[in-house]
Amino acid sequence: MADKKPGLLTGLDILSVVLLLVVTGMVFFYAPLEAVMGAVQKVFYFHVATGWVGMVGFLLALAAGIAYLRTKDMKWDIAGVAGVEIGMVFMLINIITGSIWARPIWNTWWTWDPRLTTATIMELVYAAYLMLRQGLEEPEKRARFGAVYAIIGFISVPLTFLSIRIFRTIHPVVIGGGDPGAEGSFSMTPKMLQTFMFSLVVFSVLAVDLIWHRIRLGKLGEKVEALKMELES
Amino acid sequence: MEGPANTLNYFIAGYVVIFGIMAGYVTSLAVRWNNLKQDAAVLEELKEKEGEK
Repeated sequence: MADKKPGLLTGLDILSVVLLLVVTGMVFFYAPLEAVMGAVQKVFYFHVATGWVGMVGFLLALAAGIAYLRTKDMKWDIAGVAGVEIGMVFMLINIITGSIWARPIWNTWWTWDPRLTTATIMELVYAAYLMLRQGLEEPEKRARFGAVYAIIGFISVPLTFLSIRIFRTIHPVVIGGGDPGAEGSFSMTPKMLQTFMFSLVVFSVLAVDLIWHRIRLGKLGEKVEALKMELES
Repeated sequence: MEGPANTLNYFIAGYVVIFGIMAGYVTSLAVRWNNLKQDAAVLEELKEKEGEK
């Protein structure tokens, strides 16, 4: 049966849960307390990791969009939707945790800083992608629209990534040094760096696992849609 | 010497959001999967009945 869950996916599920537990333990008990910000600094590990995998999800949607336009194979449409959906979930976590961190550090939940603004626009661009797709009944038309939209919408991703490097901002830059006006910067100790790097790896594994599940869901949806069309005709 | 700021509540809130959203998404995947499986089973049954006619 085509819907049968592959053993490798079950293994990846278990690995993801174990890794998530380990990295959470590292954040809570291994990474030291930051000298100025205190416990809220520990939100940073998952904040950056979710931002990373969120953008990778959108990159997958871009690649799938290009592949669909070249091949017209519906599997790329399914992969594109999976990339956007997982990207949006992780970017939502990234934006909300950033706001929670900002409250005690910047003394505000929200400010229209270039990074916060571009990240919000990016999330809205992809939310529109999912909403607009819903309005298109014909699968080929929907897939073509999704592919073109994912390619154009991806402009918002490098813009968000580079916003803290090219504009004046109060948002700290983890890699590559940032604006001297950034508030909430800190130097990472070796234990912090190890936890941070491990978080990036764990969330990458988790994202692969979720994308795989979402692709399977998309394939099942395609099968149901085909059965409906068959019965209608 | 002044110690780190007491930001434990924000730390807890952050991790509640992280695990809450992830759990919500995994649940949504499971619910949608089960719904589609049910739809597929019903449609397969209908298809079989159509074939018998």
